[in-house]
Amino acid sequence: MLGQIFVLLCLSSAWAQQLCMPEASDGYKVRLSINTALGDQAYVWNENEMFLFRATLAFAMRSYSGGQDYNVSNIVVCAETPRVSFWFVVTAPLNSSRLIDRSDVEEAVRKSRNRINSAFLLTDRSLEFIGIPPILTAPVTPDTPQWLIVFGVVMGAVGAGIVVLLVTSVVEKKRKKNKKSGDEDIEEEPREKTEGNGFARDGVYNMSFSDDDPVTQM
Amino acid sequence: MGKAEDSGVEERPQWDNKVQYLLTCIGFAVGIGNVWRFPYLCQIYGGGAFLIPYLIALVFEGLPLLYLELAIGQRFRMGSIGVWNSISPLLGGVGIASMLVSLLVCMFYNTLLAWVLWYLFHSFQNPLPWSQCPLNDNLTGYNTECVKSTPANYFWYRETLNITPDIETSGSLHWWLVICLASAWCVVYVCFIKGIESMGKVVYVTAIFPYLVLTIFLIRALTLPGATVGLVYLFTPDWEILKNPQVWLDAATQIFFSLSVAFGGLIAFSSYNPERNNCEMDAILVGVINSATSLYGAIPIFSILGFKANTAYNSCVKENILALTNHFEFSDQNITAENYDHWLEYLNRTSPGEVAGVDLRLCDLQTFLDQSASGTGLAFIVFSEAVVSMPGAQIWAILFFTMLFSLGLSSMFGNLEGVLAPIKDLKLVPTWIPDGLVAAVICLIAFLMALIFTMGSGNYWVEIFNSYVGSVPLLIVAFFEIIAVIYIYGMKNFSEDIYFMTGKKPNIFWKACWMVISPLMLLVVLITYVVVQAQKHPTYPTWNPAYELFPKTELKPYPDWVFAIIILLSVIPVLPIPLVALYQLICCRMKKSSAHTDLSPSCNDGFEVETQQQTNQRA
Repeated sequence: MLGQIFVLLCLSSAWAQQLCMPEASDGYKVRLSINTALGDQAYVWNENEMFLFRATLAFAMRSYSGGQDYNVSNIVVCAETPRVSFWFVVTAPLNSSRLIDRSDVEEAVRKSRNRINSAFLLTDRSLEFIGIPPILTAPVTPDTPQWLIVFGVVMGAVGAGIVVLLVTSVVEKKRKKNKKSGDEDIEEEPREKTEGNGFARDGVYNMSFSDDDPVTQM
Repeated sequence: MGKAEDSGVEERPQWDNKVQYLLTCIGFAVGIGNVWRFPYLCQIYGGGAFLIPYLIALVFEGLPLLYLELAIGQRFRMGSIGVWNSISPLLGGVGIASMLVSLLVCMFYNTLLAWVLWYLFHSFQNPLPWSQCPLNDNLTGYNTECVKSTPANYFWYRETLNITPDIETSGSLHWWLVICLASAWCVVYVCFIKGIESMGKVVYVTAIFPYLVLTIFLIRALTLPGATVGLVYLFTPDWEILKNPQVWLDAATQIFFSLSVAFGGLIAFSSYNPERNNCEMDAILVGVINSATSLYGAIPIFSILGFKANTAYNSCVKENILALTNHFEFSDQNITAENYDHWLEYLNRTSPGEVAGVDLRLCDLQTFLDQSASGTGLAFIVFSEAVVSMPGAQIWAILFFTMLFSLGLSSMFGNLEGVLAPIKDLKLVPTWIPDGLVAAVICLIAFLMALIFTMGSGNYWVEIFNSYVGSVPLLIVAFFEIIAVIYIYGMKNFSEDIYFMTGKKPNIFWKACWMVISPLMLLVVLITYVVVQAQKHPTYPTWNPAYELFPKTELKPYPDWVFAIIILLSVIPVLPIPLVALYQLICCRMKKSSAHTDLSPSCNDGFEVETQQQTNQRA
């Protein structure tokens, strides 16, 4: 009896191993880059880590299937390499010879990808499921494009500058005009003199208008 | 602001002090081209060896022309048209040609500033928008056009320009570029509202700020890994290249366009000087500082390009390492960048077949260094990509684009002055219209005309304007300028004017250059340039995503109507020279054949008859 059970167990594990092989139609290859991701704080990949992986994957299957009793034994792993890459397949909880469909496994992994990643302190890039593309995070696009805000600030400053300069020039002109009309009566006579003596390049200096000799000499 | 001492007749504005004048001239000469054209030329023409033709061209062609323009403007105290009219009415066309070229250059140059503003506005985002690809429509992957090229290329060609596949498809006006262009013109206008009074103050910032930024970049760039590689690559002299005549031609044209002579802007600036001012020193200073800035700017640019090549090389090697590690299932990080070659050799020996099966990229540092660019490609694609990899990318991007903006702005001042000063001197507008209004109208007209550049095919048009407007017409104008001053006005008159202004006559070096060397050089450069351009089949690179070798640019020939426009652009600015000469000859001849009246306003017939009688009596 005991022998029969033993043989059955061996057979079942062998059968399970046969289910899992590289390039299995319902399996996925997993690749971990622990050293690249964690550098000095990298942990060594051993049997315990593998157990954790199988457990998290069982957890993922449970959450996806709504509570079906997936166990660590339902996750079959094979073809482990020093890269740390291996293949795995998932067997049904009740019938260990039936493999769960590829698409279901993919959906389960996708749904709990974050939890799986954080269990190993890795990211989508360092814990790869070959064939399951990582979820692309769309870049955050705020409602008002940020550049328009900067543009608004710059244009506001420039517009304010234009207005200020125009207003100050108009005010200065008005002040000059008032000053001119005020001083005109006082400065009329000497101004005529200076204009006559002034450096005039456009015209020709006409001697007869000179003020040099107020009294014509005989 | 200092008005002229005599309040009656001359109200010519003046510089507050000499520093303002020098900074304006330096700012005009030092433009974006110093930063994005000279390093490229240095690189493709054998690094340090290029400096020899460059310096020879500076000494024998650049400085004499510069000195000539500054002296002429200071002596005649008018803008470009007034100056040439004063020398001889037949030469008025030279001034008009300068004005037309300045106007056309204003149009496209400010478009470059609009693009710089666009990038500047986007530099405040984190992460920088040209660092990653956007997702495609159904969110399953990245945008295909972006993936095939690079995110920086995609941002420039698609999100900024939204470029059409060729020049014939115009596309529509792009509102984002229109508002950037409007803001660029508004900034230029704000600096010009009060003429050189306001411009002279702004120029303290726009002329000095780029040097600050270049220094900061220099310090930062030299500490980046791979900087020395870039510098060595830039400056390693290749003496063989000096045998290639193209190098000499490019050096002469680079100096000529870099100094911004023949635009009329320098003449206008020096016309606001006091009459006795040492323009010889000014010319030497401006010319030398311009070339020194080019060199000084080339150092951080190439350090950063070396850093970029280094980063690209490292990521290429990392990709290969990953591919090998995944294929051979080695432990992660067994192969590192250091022992990569060693491993590759070992694997090639043990399992060459498998190695061939792995898709390895060829990683060669030289190829990455050779991926240089000039012009907009350098600033908006290559450099912005490099900035992304630097820590604190936003700050460097903001600094870089602000520097480009202030370099371009100070050059725009000279361009616009080359248009406004002749208008004022010719008294084309009634005097009750204030100068600020004239400036506003010119800015508005130029803005409306520049809207072509905001369409889908805008970049192609900018390239056309850049290559054909700012080249042959300027060379012709400069040639006529030097002939006019030295042979029509006369070397003797000119020497006396310089003696009056600077206190010493020009020495034998200047005389030799003005009379023989510079005109000869200009003529040779002009003829060779025209011949080389005519021989080249006019094609232009287009960004066509449907092209089979995309992301390489597809070379397409210019359609006939565009070619006609190119010819027009090269010929129309130069046309006024013969036209005005002819007009003056015909007019003069007609006037001479009619009455023998003296043109002096205070002369009347009685005066003249008396003189003739007196001479008759004496005889």
